[in-house]
Formats: sequence, structure tokens, C-alpha cells
Amino acid sequence: MSGESLYPRLEPLLAQVQKPIQYVGGELNAQVKPWDEVAVHWALMYPDAYEVGLPNQGLMILYEVLNERPDALAERTYAVWPDLAALMREAGVGQFTVDAHRAVRDFDVLGVSFATELGYTNLLEALDLAGVPLHARDRDETHPVVVAGGHAAFNPEPVADFVDCAVLGDGEQAVGDITDVVKAWKEQGRPGGREELLARLARVDGVYVPRFYAVSYGPDGAIAAVTRTRDDVPARVGKRTVMDLDEWPYPKTPLVPLAESVHERMSVEIFRGCTRGCRFCQAGMITRPVRERTITGIGSMVDQGLRATGYEEVGLLSLSSADHSEIAQVARELADRYEGTNTGLSLPSTRVDAFNVTLANELSRNGRRSGLTFAPEGGSERIRRVINKTVSKEDLVRTVTTAYANGWQQVKLYFMCGLPTETDEDVLEIAELAVEVIRAGREASGRKDIRCTVSIGGFVPKPHTPFQWAAQASAETIDHRLRVLRQAINADRRIGRSIGLRYHDGKPGVIEGLLSRGDRRVGRVIERVWREGGRFDGWSEHFSYDRWTQAAAEELAVFGVDLDWFTTRERTQDEVLPWDHLDSGLDKEWLWDDWQEALSEEEVADCRWTPCYDCGVCPTMGTEIQVGPTGRSLLPLTVVR
Amino acid sequence: MARQPDGPPPPPTVQKLRLCYAKRGPLRFASHRDLARALERALRRARVPMAFSAGFSPHPKISYVGAAPTGAASEAEYLEIGLAERRDPEEVRAALDASLPPGIDVLECVEAAEGGGSLADRIDAARWSIELPGIEPAALSAAVAEFLSRDEVTVAKRTKNGLRDVDARGPVVSAAADGEVGRAILHVVVRQVTPAVRPDDVVAALAAVADLRPPSPPRAVREAQGRLDDSGAVADPLGPDRAARTRCQGEHAAV
Repeated sequence: MSGESLYPRLEPLLAQVQKPIQYVGGELNAQVKPWDEVAVHWALMYPDAYEVGLPNQGLMILYEVLNERPDALAERTYAVWPDLAALMREAGVGQFTVDAHRAVRDFDVLGVSFATELGYTNLLEALDLAGVPLHARDRDETHPVVVAGGHAAFNPEPVADFVDCAVLGDGEQAVGDITDVVKAWKEQGRPGGREELLARLARVDGVYVPRFYAVSYGPDGAIAAVTRTRDDVPARVGKRTVMDLDEWPYPKTPLVPLAESVHERMSVEIFRGCTRGCRFCQAGMITRPVRERTITGIGSMVDQGLRATGYEEVGLLSLSSADHSEIAQVARELADRYEGTNTGLSLPSTRVDAFNVTLANELSRNGRRSGLTFAPEGGSERIRRVINKTVSKEDLVRTVTTAYANGWQQVKLYFMCGLPTETDEDVLEIAELAVEVIRAGREASGRKDIRCTVSIGGFVPKPHTPFQWAAQASAETIDHRLRVLRQAINADRRIGRSIGLRYHDGKPGVIEGLLSRGDRRVGRVIERVWREGGRFDGWSEHFSYDRWTQAAAEELAVFGVDLDWFTTRERTQDEVLPWDHLDSGLDKEWLWDDWQEALSEEEVADCRWTPCYDCGVCPTMGTEIQVGPTGRSLLPLTVVR
Repeated sequence: MARQPDGPPPPPTVQKLRLCYAKRGPLRFASHRDLARALERALRRARVPMAFSAGFSPHPKISYVGAAPTGAASEAEYLEIGLAERRDPEEVRAALDASLPPGIDVLECVEAAEGGGSLADRIDAARWSIELPGIEPAALSAAVAEFLSRDEVTVAKRTKNGLRDVDARGPVVSAAADGEVGRAILHVVVRQVTPAVRPDDVVAALAAVADLRPPSPPRAVREAQGRLDDSGAVADPLGPDRAARTRCQGEHAAV
């Protein structure tokens, strides 16, 4: 029977695996609806371990939005660790949802949220465990429709063979439209089979069905053209944008796991989109325009969420939280409301700006000041102009020093390595900065035990950004720069011992680069790596660089391209990019001009405060910036003590 | 100079409550840390006026006593909480139970009697019921008899310092078998020692002495915890508090 629980067969396996609690569900605010009372069944997957996937906001939002519909149900499924996967194969137990332990194979739709491309092998593992054919072309009308979403879905070409559709942009409304289409098709007796269902889905705003688009390649290995194979699907697929965030106060009842997760706090998204224009940032480019939640909307989500969860900490989430037009008032009034309640408030990593220290002070008014994170991203003033995240060295040192003087003991500085035009000197300036910060900080705070942690990520060029044409730095280049940086930091032990350096080697970044800017030919590499045991590629203990490079060399050779061609090669202006037929609203010419301005180290202002700089999103998508201030304020509440 | 929290120190504990709760169904796979997190959040949702430790990261006053291992169910888990305001124990029980996920069920809540000693001192043994799927009761009976006839049965046990040999026989006070066809049940009373001898260790010991190997993992339920009395039974650790309460109420009634 469809929708039956696999739990009785799963339970004996759970006694034999690590952290079994992650597979049993039953989280606070989880929902189980009767299978037969709804028309459309969604399995929502986060393709990584439960502890990473559970706190994901996107999945939580869609879970609630779908379950609120009387004609639909949604359950969650996560990547299964290899120990359980082996037992499941042996016992013939398929990929299951954690809510009612139903077989993923039984659902109508499998929605997979890709925050990072390194989850692709986990998608293949889940499909295989579920008993769903790996390739979309081998599925029939009894199989779930596999839908990709999340930021990586803005270039789903590397997984085009494995997914049936991709949703571009905000999912809140798109999942409803997809549900309507699937429901109508089922009620009509599934006319035209899977092909007809997918054709109908391809006509839903924001839904891209790769099989209806043919890709041809030129003699140089680059794409010659992408052409649609049916005239009833759009030539270009545009993204979805939810306007008026106060109308979408999700998640209203956030999930609280029993198991430990990577975020032991509740998050409230205070705005969506970002117009700072940091050139490396895909999230900032593809989520435009800025849409703020109002101060009262934020206040009620915080209150409702805390009541529903019992969490002790609330993170005010967005791409650049200090930019909210009412943030000072939000911080002050929330701090007033929760004073003396053991409820902590926090902002995620912020721009380097003295105002952010003031905000952080306010939020931690009577609490512990352990750590504060700033993200200058680039080591030198020059490279910060290239990435359009301009802050002078003096301002940076002054801001961090202010933080120490205000009782913050540990400051984390986040940088990238391998940015376009970067030299060793740009990276070495990180060491100079850290040393100055500690020196000035010790003086300002009068303490010796302050610490600065320098955290470095390798830069990966992403689609739909001005750096989409850039040559990615090789793993060797990244590793070399990190090595000289470490030596520079350790040169003076009296200062160096107060500085921590955290980084990963450059290899995973190269593979992320292949998957980010890859085209459909890369699908063969992903499949090969999965067949050879590749899973959990975001985890260093599971990631194998050699497996990826060997698979890439062997699978791409027939096309006359290779790993370097996809990663360290700079693209020309006229090259057809694999994602050109997917429309984020950004004008390709504007992106190119911005890329040229990056190379000449010119900055661009933020359109939130200054006139429109013609990136193209608002006119193309029919959207507009939605910001306050609203002039409203938070009323006192009886709060949980 | 390090920052100190402004304002007065947190209010002191004015009432200690002792709770007995069960860990059932799929939630037997929760670890002690999982349970502790769930309980702390549930106490907040239930608005129990907890007393907190002082400092920048105040912790609610909760003491846990001997948590059952991950994978084992229990009908007898205990903890003590300190409250900053007095509350009716039964109201706390009901509110907390409603705030916890189904499968973590609060069975009883009593006020700790003055001068009655600590809860931990009242627990030194546990009674377990261990279901062995695919094993016949007669086979289990024979294995148990063999096990009981030994003075010592050494099994390898995984501890945080690697594999270690422990004696699984010594701490076992009593063991008996019953059950039905294809599903034997082992009843054991085990003294709580360090390192702990757990149901898995006893089952491993049966494999060692009688080659008894269940085809699928055993399912253990802790039925009781408490002090071992002279007859080898496990006494209810909340008994003294309950008795003091009744006596107290009785005195009031007499006035």
C-alpha cells in the first residue's frame, strides 16, 4: 500500500548505527497528515546530514506552506549516512521520510533544496536508495517528479539528467502552483503520462524542465546554442520573487529537533535580497530586490517562534542584517522586550562598520560578549575595491578595536582567497591586519587575552555574478597563498599566539567550481563519482579529490574539455554560458560592465540608498525595493522567562 | 577587568521537584544529551519558573540521575529541578508533559522532602526487561542458568577510552527468562557500577557463555531504578518524598 510506514523494518537497523535519533522524526512542531486525505504528496529533501539539513530555513518554510494546504502533505527526508545506507540496502528498506517513515518512492513530488553543489552526489544516493531511476528519462508516471530548488538551481545543468525540473527563486508560491498542476493532472487520470505532466509544469512561472531544452556544442567545446524543443515552453525561464514578506511569516512554528544540529537557535529572516553589490556573492545577486519585513512583523515572528520552540537564542537573519532600515530600533526594542529572560539575540556575520558594534552591544546588553564576526572578505584595500566591498584599513582596525574595547573577547574575521586579480601581497595583508588588530585591541581593552580568528574560504566563481567569467584560482595557488599567510602570522609569536587561522585546502573549492559553472556534460562526472562511492562531498572525511579529478579526466575527454576548462579558464564576453537561458533578472550586459569595472577597481554604490544602477532585476521581474522605515514600534509583551 | 552582569544575582532556589519520566517508542534512540536539550526547552515552553546559576551564561538548575543508554527505552528516568517560585508539583508535571514530544512522558512529580538526602543516593540498581527477537524462552532459560552459575563473565565493552574488558556477571543481582515462542524476554536486576554494565553487555555475556545470538538487535526497557533492598527488589526512589508529603498533609488535616 502506498504511504505505508517503513518504521517496523527500519527500527532494527537503527539499533546498529551512529546517532539513530536523526532518523526517527518526532521533532517538536513536526506534522504527520493522513496519506489518503490529500491529493498531492511532497517529500522535501535537504541533501546533507540531518544535523545540517534540519535547521535549513527554506525547507522549513516550504514544509509549513505545503502542510497548510488541505489538499497536500509534506514530509522531510535527509541524506542517510553510509552506515545506515548499507544496512538499508541489505534489508531492502528504501529512502524514507523522517516524519511518518514513508517511502520516498511513494510520493508525487521529491523537492530537493541545493544550498551548495556539493550535495549532488547525495541526490543520486537518495534516488538510488529510494528505488527511483537515476535518470529523469527512465522514470514513468508512477515515479515522483524530482524538483531542484535553492541557490544552486540557478544553474541546474550539471544535474539536468537527474532532475525533472528546477525552480528558480523564491519557493513559497511556486510550490503551490506545482501542487495545483500535479493535482489536476492526477484527477484527470494522468493524461499524456509523465511527458504531459512535465510540459504542464514547464509552463508554470519559474519552473525549468531541462528535457525540453536541447544543448549543442561548438568545435571549441563551448556551448553553441540552447534551444527549446517544444514551442509551448518559455525560451527563457525567469525566477520567482515573493513580494511583501510580512504576508509570508514562515516558519511560524520552527522545527525543534531532539538531536543536536548545527544551529541551536531560532532564525527570523528580517529581509530578503541584498543590493550591496559584492561581486563575488551569488546570493546577493540572485535574490534581488531587497524586501524588508517590518519591525512589527519581525517582533511577532520572534515572539511566536520563541513560544513555539523554547529556544534560548534568536538570530536575526539576512544577507546583511545591519542594513535593515529599522535595525537600530529593532535591536533596542527586542533587547528591551527580552531583558532579564535568558533569551539571547544575535546578528550573523556583518560588514565591517562601527554601527555593527553598537548593534551587537545592544543585543548583548546584559549577556555574554563572547565572539563577534566581521566579513571584510578581501585582505587589501585594492582587492576590496575589486570585489566591491570597500572599507579602508584604518576603519577596519578602528571597528575591531572598538569591539574589543566594548568587552568582546574574540573577533572573527572572514576573508576569501583566490579572488580575481589577487596576488600574494593582497593575501599577506590579512596578516598585517590581524597583527594590527591585536596590537590596537590589547591597548584599547587593556587585556592580553583577546583573540582574533582569521577564517579563510577559497573563492569559487558563481553563475549570475559579475565574476561568472573569471578564471578560478587553482588549488595549488590557494594552498601556496595560505602557506605564506600562515608563515607571516606566525612570524611574531608574541602577537601570533593571539591569532587563530582557520582554512580548508583549495581542493574542494575546485570541485565546487566545476559543479557551479558546469554544463550538462558534467553530469557524467557526478554519476561516475557517485558510482565509485562519492557521498557527503561537503565533509572533508568523505570528500576525495582524486576520485573527482580522475572521473573528470575520464568522463570529459570525449567532449574535448577537462576540469581546468570549467574552472581556471577565463570566459570571453561572447561565450554562451550554460545558464544564459535561466533568467535571474540581471542584465548580462550590466554584469559584464560590472566585471570590467571590477578589473579596473571601480566601486558601485548600493541602490537601496542611491539611485538605481540598472542591474535590470526590477524592470525585468516587475518587482521593486521594499524598505521602511515604517515608523511603528514594538509593544511590551508578557514573555517567556 | 572582565565584564560582570549588571543587576542583582538570580533568585535562589525555593523549591526542589523530583520527576520520573519515561522514554518510549522511537524516542528510545534519544541520547542523554538529546533528552537534556529537549527537557530544557520544554521547561521554557511550559513556563516553569526555573532557578538559574549566576554569571553570563546562566544555566537552569537541573540534575540528571543515571540516564538510560541510547537505544534503550525506559519507564523510570529521574531528574531534579530547582524552582525560583513555588509551584504545585502536579501542575508542573502536566505542563511539562504537554510541552515534551510524545514518547517522552512525565509520569510523576513530587516535592523533595527536607533533609531526605539526595536523589542520586537513592538509586544504585536498575531492573531491566530485554526482548530478544528470534530466541526461544527455553534457550534463554538455559543460557541464563549457565550465566548465573559463573562467578565472572568477561565481555569487551566500548568505552570512551576504547575497548575495555568488564565483568558482566558481578553486578547482576538476579536474572530470569520468560516470553513467548520466538520472542524470549530476559528480566535482570543490575547493580549500577563504573563502568556501567548495560543490557547490551548482559546479552553479550549470554553469547559468550551459551552462544546465544539474537538474529536482530535486542530491545531493552528499564522498568525501575532505585535502591536495592534486602530481598533483591528495587525500591521506588520517590517513595520517601511521597511519604513525607502525605505525612505533612495529614498533619495539616489534623490541625
